[in-house]
This record gives sequence, C-alpha cells and structure tokens, in this order.
Amino acid sequence: MMRFEYFEPDTLDEAVTLLGQYAGKASLMAGGTDLLVEIKEHLHRPDYVINIKKICDLDALTYNNTDGLTIGSLTTVRAVETSPVVLEKYAGLAQAARHLGSIQVRNRATVAGNICRASPSADTLPPLIADEATLKLYGPGGERVLPMEVFFTGPRQTQITKDEILTEIVIPPPPPHTGKAYIKHGRRKAMELATVGVGVSLTLDGDFCREVRIVLGAVAPTPIRAWEAEATLRGTVIDEALIEAAAVKAMEVSRPISDVRSSAVHRRKMVHVQTRRVIALALSRARSDS
Amino acid sequence: MKRLVTFTVNGEMQKVTVEPYRSLLDVLRNEVGLTGTKKGCDVGDCSACTVILNGQPVNSCLVLGVEADGMVIETIEGLAQKMEDGYALHPLQKNFLKYGAAQCGFCTPGMIMAAKALLDGNPHPTEAEVRFAIAGNICRCTGFAKIVEAILRTNVDG
Repeated sequence: MMRFEYFEPDTLDEAVTLLGQYAGKASLMAGGTDLLVEIKEHLHRPDYVINIKKICDLDALTYNNTDGLTIGSLTTVRAVETSPVVLEKYAGLAQAARHLGSIQVRNRATVAGNICRASPSADTLPPLIADEATLKLYGPGGERVLPMEVFFTGPRQTQITKDEILTEIVIPPPPPHTGKAYIKHGRRKAMELATVGVGVSLTLDGDFCREVRIVLGAVAPTPIRAWEAEATLRGTVIDEALIEAAAVKAMEVSRPISDVRSSAVHRRKMVHVQTRRVIALALSRARSDS
Repeated sequence: MKRLVTFTVNGEMQKVTVEPYRSLLDVLRNEVGLTGTKKGCDVGDCSACTVILNGQPVNSCLVLGVEADGMVIETIEGLAQKMEDGYALHPLQKNFLKYGAAQCGFCTPGMIMAAKALLDGNPHPTEAEVRFAIAGNICRCTGFAKIVEAILRTNVDG
C-alpha cells in the first residue's frame, strides 16, 4: 500500500523549495511510471511526493534550425515518439521512444524521467547522447547546463543534486547528410528492458564519414561511447569491412553483466551484431538525407 | 490528507474524496464503484487496468486518483449504449463475442479499451498497427490471435 504526503507546486521555485525543505525524503513525480512502481514494490518509500505536472511551460516539443529540438521535462515519451519532426530529424530517438514500455506507459512516462532514473539500459539515453543533447537543470542557485554525455556517474546515479530539477533537454539541429538510428535488443518485442541498446548518429561529407557517434546502452554501468569504433569509421569511405571492424571495437569496449535478462557473453555478442546493423541503418539514412 | 477530486467517467461527473496515494484504478473500482477495470499486476506491466484518460490509453494503476482531477475518463462500462430495454454493445464488444476473443475475460476490459483508443484515432488499422496498439496488454489464455482478428474485423464490419 502506498503512503505519502503529496504536493502539486505551481512553479519551479516552489518545487525547488519543497525539495530543499524535505531533502532526502522527497521524490519528484512527473509521469510516475517508475516512481509509483518503486513505491509499490517497496524499493523506495519517499515520505513526500512532489508532482511537477502543474508547473507551466515544461511540456515543450519544439524545433528550429538554429537551436534544434527542445524537449520539456514534462513532455511524454509518446509525444516524442509520434512527433513528425522527431521522426524526420532524430530518427534514433523516435525509434528508442517507440520501444519504451507500452503505449499506456508512454502516454504518461517522460523522457526527462527516463534520463533522471538513469537505468543503464534506458532506451532514450544512447540516441540522446549520440545526438549531443544538453540538459538544463534548475536549482536554488538558478539554472545550469550540462552535456548529457557527462551526466551519468553510475547505475541510477547522475550529477543532479537533491534540490535540482531537470527542466529541458536540447538537441542540436542535425547537419545535412546525417543519419540517426537506434536498435534495442531484447527477448521480446514490447514491454522489455534493453539487454543491449546501440544509438548512432552519422554525418557524411560526400562519400566520407565526417562525423560519427556510437553510444552503447545496457552493457556498462552507464551509457558509453564506443570511441575506438567511431575512430575506425571517421574520415573513411564506409564499407562493409569497416562496419564490421567498428562493430568488433564496440564489442570489445562493452563490459556487460549477467542478469535475469541475459548473460554477459550473449550481450557482448549482440553488441557486435546490433552495432553492425545500426551503423548500416544510420549510413543508409545519411545517404538519403539532403 | 484527503482531497476532493472531480472528473467525468463515461460522461457522468463524479466527485470523490481520496488520499493522494490512492491509484486511479483503486478509486474507480472502490469510490466510483466501477469494477469493470481490472487490477492485474498493479505495476504497469499487464495493462489489464487500461482506461482512456483525456483520449489516451493509460495504466490506471500508475495514475494517482488526484491526478485525474478535471479529466475525462472512459472505462469499459461506458462502451455499451443504454437502450430502453437493455444495452446495445459497442462494435468491439460484439466482435470480441463473435470471434471468441475472450476466455477467462480478465484481460478483456483493458484489451478492449486499448483497442478502442486505437480505433478512435485510426479507424482502419493494419494488423501490424493492431498488434502494436495492444503490445502492452498481456493475455494468458487466448494466444492473442482471436483478439487481433476481432479488432481488425471491427474496422471492416463498422
């Protein structure tokens, strides 16, 4: 049985004050699809729940060619999944959103919640990091901005402080001839946690790969960049042999655990397979992007 | 401390006073008295508790009752049309019966609400779209084939 005191602040400052007042005993709630499960399963029992859904202007989902995509912290995964601009310009993120939980969960869950929960296998993290997303955090001292790539410090651990709220995620506009993709590997097609996740953003300059970012999820305590795999491709005319070499490098940098969903051995092998596939997918998208 | 919550369920306004930690599922089943929505897992995995909230299918076990204040809710009880001498079933309900899409029936209200949410936005889905729409709804009995058929044919039969 759940029990807690409950607040619905109208402003960010109110929410931050409450977080400070009840430090260590309060949890923020947006979608509630992780928090309420944790409370019901006795994994986390905050005395105070601070529901931020009454705060205005946190549900943005806007794009312009200068700033790129802005996702508010109350924007649902379903909104991101179905957004035409996300489907067109951030296809990896759209794919990741589409495979999170179920439609019922996605209608409530927020991308910001997926980020702050910082599960190593979280679906939106690899594409967001591959897309060079930055995070806006608001606390008693005001606002600060962090690149998402440095946000995660361990399983379910981030740089956010106890009295801060993630307010916005900003993703730069993709350059021309960019292809993005995300592949989620799991035992079933829905309601699954990724056993391996690979997100890629790849930009071509003519036939050459000008830039590539490959991010692996579920195979380390946090999402990780496959730096050597990227170096294998950057500046080259990508062919099958290079993709294979990059996929092997990605496999080598993975350090997965064995758990109920998959063994470390299997995960490592699947990093090889899925990295190969997702690079090929991003490459074909980059080639048809103008 | 209890709060007064007002929402519309199947076209009728409901006012209830509940603790903030009560789920919408529990409030619908207890305070509102509509037990058609089922509690399966209570943690958002099975979707037996699916209701349509402001036009979107959600797991009511993961929505707090107080969050539904001011919202419009559709449950399974709202599908059949009340007539002078009984009820006229919704086309989805008719087809679930006709095509044998229910065995124990426990997943059925949630399944039908997920299907209704799909058809409300997409009256002519493909089989892939139907399967995607109900991907969150677990059924232990039927193997899903007749459920998918019933939903697909609801599109055709009208």
